[in-house]
Amino acid sequence: MEIPYTISTRPDTGLWNAKIGIWLFLASEVMLFGGLFSAYVFLRLDAAPGMWPHGLLNVPVGTMNTAILILSSVTVVLAWAALKMRRYRAYWWYMLATILCGVIFLTVKLVYEWPQKFDHFGAYLKPEALEKYEQYLGNHRREEKGLEQRIEITGHLHNPQALTDPNIKEYEVALDRVNADANNPANDRPHFLYVPPTEKIGKIDKEDVERATMFLPTHSAYFASYFTITGLHGLHVLAGVLVFIYMWLPVSKRLYQHNPEHLANRVEVSGLFWHFVDLIWIFVFPLFYLL
Amino acid sequence: MNNPPDISQDPAEHEEYAHNVQKHVKGYLVVGALLLTFTAVTVALSYVDFGTRKANIGVAMLVATLKAGLVAAIFMHLAAEKRLIYRVLIFTGLFVLGLFWLIFLAWYNPVVR
Repeated sequence: MEIPYTISTRPDTGLWNAKIGIWLFLASEVMLFGGLFSAYVFLRLDAAPGMWPHGLLNVPVGTMNTAILILSSVTVVLAWAALKMRRYRAYWWYMLATILCGVIFLTVKLVYEWPQKFDHFGAYLKPEALEKYEQYLGNHRREEKGLEQRIEITGHLHNPQALTDPNIKEYEVALDRVNADANNPANDRPHFLYVPPTEKIGKIDKEDVERATMFLPTHSAYFASYFTITGLHGLHVLAGVLVFIYMWLPVSKRLYQHNPEHLANRVEVSGLFWHFVDLIWIFVFPLFYLL
Repeated sequence: MNNPPDISQDPAEHEEYAHNVQKHVKGYLVVGALLLTFTAVTVALSYVDFGTRKANIGVAMLVATLKAGLVAAIFMHLAAEKRLIYRVLIFTGLFVLGLFWLIFLAWYNPVVR
């Protein structure tokens, strides 16, 4: 069966079919991500003081990934323009660059960013125990300055068995700098560069802890929405990369040889999807990394 | 910025056409550079204190909306698209606004009050 209107426009819509198809799909995607973003707003507005963490993500890495996605948006539109000018060689290189950008983005996310979170520990303290851990929290000074109180101690967990073994009574944590040097005003704002946990060990009685987990979706509404939204976004990046690989392989060169405009339209449509994925990230980046 | 026209079947016109697309390519590169600049601006502004966190969020969302607008208008060709696509997107926009409006319903609880 021949699919009609792949390059010529359909008289009633004024568009070739795939163009209207992709826009209807993107409209449904707007609702999908819209639902998740509105859940984010709702959870954040509802978070009790100190319950919405700040500065836990790596800003330079997030910035780099943002730049990589923007670059890939440029290369995919250049790939399309190259096809329009019937320069297949240039198209091939731009497409390769786009695919590589997508792969780098995913690799950074899955090999570096997420595992680093899975390896990080946080313990929310019971309200009555906050005074006992004042040296790690610095809340007296924070109150004077009108800052939100700290209720969580974070760092690298030295005895991970403590999470499961009820006979272990305390968590031994190599403290993050915010907790190791709680009264230093330099730690009031999130650091730009990633700061690894210090050598200073803090001991936290399990009795004083309300909730203690690694940085997983169960840790907080913040990480639940972070992993859900970046996970779904990552799946979209993966899907885009797979489609681009297909269009870059020799299979598509055969299409180009007998109908170049058809390939150009395919690239335009998948490019529209890719720009949409980029557009989502433009909002994800400040919402989770910076604010 | 208009989109490149469909290619002419006439080889004599092809050179002029290619030249025309080439002009658009420059535009895409400029937009890419702008987007990278705005990314740096977003990061820098997040380290500036605008008084309250709400103000900082507002500023960051403003820059993000500007960037998203550039992507949509230029890369996604929405600056000059067919009317049917605008119609689809107007409805999408309205539905998304409705979705976000639900948050405020839950937050201010007007039905009970």
